[in-house]
Amino acid sequence: MSHLEVLKTYKMFIGGQFPRTESGRFYKVHNSNGELLANACLGSRKDVRNAVQTARGAFGGWSKRNAYNRGQILYRIAEMMESRRAEFMKELTQIGFSDKEAEADINASIDRLIYYAGWTDKYQQVFGSVNPVASAHFNFSILEPTGVVGLIAPEESPLLGLTSMIASVLAGGNTCVVLASEKYPLPSIVFAEVLNTSDVPGGVVNIITGKRQELVEHLAGHMDVNALCYTDKLPTDMVTQIDELAAENIKRILKKPVNDWNAEDAESPYYITQFQETKTTWHPVGF
Amino acid sequence: MNYPDFSVTVPIDHVAVEERVARLNKRSIKKESKIFALKLALSMMDLTTLEGKDSEGKVIQLCQKAKMPYGPMPDLPTVAAVCVYPTMVRTAKNAVKGTGINVASVATAFPSGMAPLSVRIDDTKYAVDEGADEVDMVISRGAFLSGDFQQVFDEIAAIKEACGPAHLKVILETGELLTYENVRKASDIAMDAGADFIKTSTGKISPAATQPVTLVMLEAIRDYYYKTGKMIGMKPAGGIRTAKQAIQYLVLVKETLGAAWLDKDYFRFGASSLANDVLMQIVKQTTGQYQSPDYFSVD
Repeated sequence: MSHLEVLKTYKMFIGGQFPRTESGRFYKVHNSNGELLANACLGSRKDVRNAVQTARGAFGGWSKRNAYNRGQILYRIAEMMESRRAEFMKELTQIGFSDKEAEADINASIDRLIYYAGWTDKYQQVFGSVNPVASAHFNFSILEPTGVVGLIAPEESPLLGLTSMIASVLAGGNTCVVLASEKYPLPSIVFAEVLNTSDVPGGVVNIITGKRQELVEHLAGHMDVNALCYTDKLPTDMVTQIDELAAENIKRILKKPVNDWNAEDAESPYYITQFQETKTTWHPVGF
Repeated sequence: MNYPDFSVTVPIDHVAVEERVARLNKRSIKKESKIFALKLALSMMDLTTLEGKDSEGKVIQLCQKAKMPYGPMPDLPTVAAVCVYPTMVRTAKNAVKGTGINVASVATAFPSGMAPLSVRIDDTKYAVDEGADEVDMVISRGAFLSGDFQQVFDEIAAIKEACGPAHLKVILETGELLTYENVRKASDIAMDAGADFIKTSTGKISPAATQPVTLVMLEAIRDYYYKTGKMIGMKPAGGIRTAKQAIQYLVLVKETLGAAWLDKDYFRFGASSLANDVLMQIVKQTTGQYQSPDYFSVD
């Protein structure tokens, strides 16, 4: 009997589920030769709203997981990615990666997850501190996650760039709303399927596909988003818009100056601490 | 006073009630209409705190919010009333003096109503003496469910008398009445016995207010109006947390009773957390930016 190929419907990832966009719209995604690959969801401002709401809801639980458990879960994401290699290979090669490049990209993504998994229970020790003070106090500073982080994933690195951003934010106990690569959104949805099978609680990562021009404004202006991360490849007027809107509630902003996501400086514990708030406590003690 | 025929049970078409609610919920209220509805909802709110841990400070804080729901927008309407326990009435009354905001008090051994009638009457009189403009009483659900409608009727009439000039809202606690027919019957009894408002719930048991139950009660009010020419008010309470829900309730009222009821004298929301969501939506409509509860007062 002949087999009829069943094409995959790429939907968004919000609250641990795969809904279509609230707006019912879609846009066409093409491969590097201009052939139609799939219809992706053309997300709307209400999708952003829903995603932020669910990210906020998930923040309490995720930020209270102990560091070791967060590490386990990040490690688990890497395991799940490993077992979906073939699918990622297909996604990357069809948008112009050579087999070799695709394999390197997947390897680097997995390594990055492991890298940040390792840091979850260490950054607190390295960057927290006990501070000398002149009074009878035990004075110490600890890091606490910032909250809901909006990630504008890099356009040119639809898998490794995305994975790197998400991993560093999750390692620190934040939740996130991600605007996936506009031109190549499909790998982000496969990655969402990985997340969904990796013990990552629903709502911790939310991925929206669609037009930057439409969505950025609502993510950057959302008063319940505490921080934003984007690369320096965004158009200048968009960056200005983001920064102005972010100023409304003084969002933390990390402009990631990454040219090569494979490079050594693309992974750093400072990408964790960028989305941490330092809390200093004065605890009275006798000498 | 109309003396009701307790043997009559008005049949309710359950499926139709739920379908009508579902259909009306699809109404799209946008832009200016949405702002209008949100401000109307705010002006109809009974800002409520009914907890054992209530203190004078908490009540005063609530009254501040009633007077000035959101500092950056001083032109917003104030809420209709604050709703507190009888012992907090005087505090609330002082705090809202001169603003036109009413003080509502729950009474009659709220929320259970399980106290002798004389105690419940004293409770009511105490609240009114302390300065309550409105009294929210509970009916005896046990008596109602065991078929003793006469007792329910007589008790409401007695409390109405004890209220004097204060408005009486009768809480049916629909979550305990089990069927729409019971809700309808209790509504009819309450209105005949002198209620100025009928109210769904205490907010202490689940389910609290639901839209189908509200529709049944609104239809009872409509029929009572056709029969007597008297406009009775409606107050859904409990479980209404979002601006979206509030607007859906307003649509129900408009479509069942008409625009005359879209007024704080005839419709109220009993809620504590609804106010913030309505405020957030108003700000969103004004600025275009989604809001965060971080920037709105908790109480």
